[in-house]
Amino acid sequence: MTITEILFYAFSAVLVVAALGVITARNPVHAALFLVFAFFNSAIIWLLLEAEFLAIVLVLVYVGAVMVLFLFVVMMLDVDVAKMREGFTRYAPLGIIIAVLVVVEIGSVVWVKQLEGISEAAVTVTPDGYSNTRALGELLYTKYLYPFELAAVLLLLAIVAAIVLTMRQRTGLKAQDVAAQVSVRARDRIRIVKMDAEKEVATPPESQSPGSQP
Amino acid sequence: MITLESVLMLGGLLFALSVAGIFINRKNVILLLMCIELMLLAVNFNFVAFARHLGDLDGQVFVFFIMTVAAAESAIGLAILVVLFRERRNIDVEQLDTMKG
Repeated sequence: MTITEILFYAFSAVLVVAALGVITARNPVHAALFLVFAFFNSAIIWLLLEAEFLAIVLVLVYVGAVMVLFLFVVMMLDVDVAKMREGFTRYAPLGIIIAVLVVVEIGSVVWVKQLEGISEAAVTVTPDGYSNTRALGELLYTKYLYPFELAAVLLLLAIVAAIVLTMRQRTGLKAQDVAAQVSVRARDRIRIVKMDAEKEVATPPESQSPGSQP
Repeated sequence: MITLESVLMLGGLLFALSVAGIFINRKNVILLLMCIELMLLAVNFNFVAFARHLGDLDGQVFVFFIMTVAAAESAIGLAILVVLFRERRNIDVEQLDTMKG
């Protein structure tokens, strides 16, 4: 048993325990943190499987972006955790039965079929100076150029969709509307009324003066 | 050397655990989304293992695309979740019966 195998089995065991933690944690925040742990262990196993670029992408994209988004939403929403776990014990036996069935099915296929000589084929030893990132990049920008661009469009679509979904117009706010302020014209605010000039009022007769009072 | 069977079994175990998680946590939408992420990770393990054992990098390209789709999916899913919580003040799946499905 080589050191690579020992590391693989050790990290696989930790990964399975972390996955168990995800599905059984009482608190959604703990579940999200267990999922972060699972992603880290997966990245290590992918490194052992010589998928270096994907391992780094897993840490950067999943742990750095997606899981932070999850944690953000979990902490933002005020969820009643106890009420959410009402059906836990009721559905647990069914879940365990399904899980065991899936494992038995996949295991029987993997071991009985013996994969038709794929597993016996010698894994090609990568030459010195081989770069996984470079090889993957060359493939992405030649053979898979159009799918790559479609993926970019898909991400743009996700951005637009997320913004449109969460944007809302709140009424009754006393915030200032800068656009309305800038685009206002003088004629909308001031009304100039044409009026006749003031006429000279005829002066009253002098008899009304206070000095002439008896 | 890491055998192909052991990696496939690890992927199978992860997938089974996430399926069980969907059954167990069927009331909480956030945990359902997390279980879906775990499922996609389990599938990615198979692609990485076959890419290594067949000496073909196309499998890793597929993992790249799956990760793109998963990122888009979780972003939109969480946005829907936030809107849902704003409307109803809870995220219980059992109470989402407006459409009488």
